[in-house]
Amino acid sequence: MWDWNFTISILPEILSALKITVLATVTSFFFALILGLILTMLSRVRIKSIAMITRKFIDFVRNTPLLVQLYFIFYVFPQYGVALEPFTAGVIGLGMHYSTYLSEVYRGGIEAIPEGQWEAAKALNFDRANTWTKIILPQAIPPIIPVLGNYLIVMFKETPLLSAITLVEILQTAKTIGANSFRYLEAFTIVGVLFLLLSYPSSRLIRSLELRLNKNR
Amino acid sequence: MSTLDLIYALLKGLEVTLVLTVLSMILGFVLAFVAGLGRLSKYKIVRTISAIYVEVIRGTSLLVQLFWIYFALPILGIRLPAMAAGILALGLNSGAYGSEIVRSSILSVPEGQNEAGIALNMTRFQRMWRIIMPQAFVMMLPGFGNLQIELLKGTALVSLITLADLTYQANVLNASTLETTKIFGILLIMYYLIAWPMTKGIRWLENRLTVGRY
Repeated sequence: MWDWNFTISILPEILSALKITVLATVTSFFFALILGLILTMLSRVRIKSIAMITRKFIDFVRNTPLLVQLYFIFYVFPQYGVALEPFTAGVIGLGMHYSTYLSEVYRGGIEAIPEGQWEAAKALNFDRANTWTKIILPQAIPPIIPVLGNYLIVMFKETPLLSAITLVEILQTAKTIGANSFRYLEAFTIVGVLFLLLSYPSSRLIRSLELRLNKNR
Repeated sequence: MSTLDLIYALLKGLEVTLVLTVLSMILGFVLAFVAGLGRLSKYKIVRTISAIYVEVIRGTSLLVQLFWIYFALPILGIRLPAMAAGILALGLNSGAYGSEIVRSSILSVPEGQNEAGIALNMTRFQRMWRIIMPQAFVMMLPGFGNLQIELLKGTALVSLITLADLTYQANVLNASTLETTKIFGILLIMYYLIAWPMTKGIRWLENRLTVGRY
């Protein structure tokens, strides 16, 4: 049954692995933010073939398991001379997977901008780059910040998958402890509780941010 | 090994993946309605229990739940075979996310529909079953469609608790043949091909159910 002394003795080890989990989450999220925006732009370019290939890519990545994509990056890339550290492979996999979700979020934000804004930019002789950076994105991004925040939490909860490509984050640490002591209960429960403690308040926070944002309009 | 041999060897895992997807889909569907309706119950205790279930599952991650059920539960005396653990974890997970779809769809049916039901002297059950639910159900479909895809992708995780699904077979095959690129490439395409009819099916159902509505 539950052993408190054992729980306390393994807590520091699991907590120290939390650093890796958080670091992997944040890095992947920034990667996804940038790649997601690039994918959105590419799926909107006037050259039909590029736009179509981008949409197919998004569709494919969204409809296949993240775990298999991680294996692909971690095991296939080295065959072509690109050996990746588990952390790097994990960040690329997780970031790429969620960039396809974020690109949909960006798309929603951009499509919500009234047509008149584009026309005004054209009337004022803005070039394409300036239209995007000075007119469209500054209006499209703020309303979607809560949605992006939700994806940050989703990605945080997906990081245990990186243990499958040998990254020693909290789940892997817990598994090692369990395997050495034959006591999986405490280790895995701590991991579950940690996820809950971190993600539940964050999602509440984002919810209230969302409500405030909607009230101001 | 030729590509065809590789495909044939991988297909041994297809049955596990499909059975797992279908069974946990059914469990998730039932739980989604139970918890979704539970959160709208007039009894506080039912609302609280449903809310705790949904928040705990949504607040932790699927892989942690899977490991917990498979590795930690036996210490409490409940030993489940890998298949049952997989169905339970995936079903609980999709039920929790599905309950939010059920709840928000029911809440988005205009209040006037409920009031009209009251005016026609319908019971609470009749109003839910004959007035609210048919309208809410159509709204749930896109959400459930996405959820089924997430569920299918989630089944790949059971390979980590030694269940011999598609991903597991790929790992075994990879260790013995070292044809890494081909194996994982084929595997990705296989998952995509399974997901494809699922998205089409839901869209078809959506069109069927919205016929004559506007």
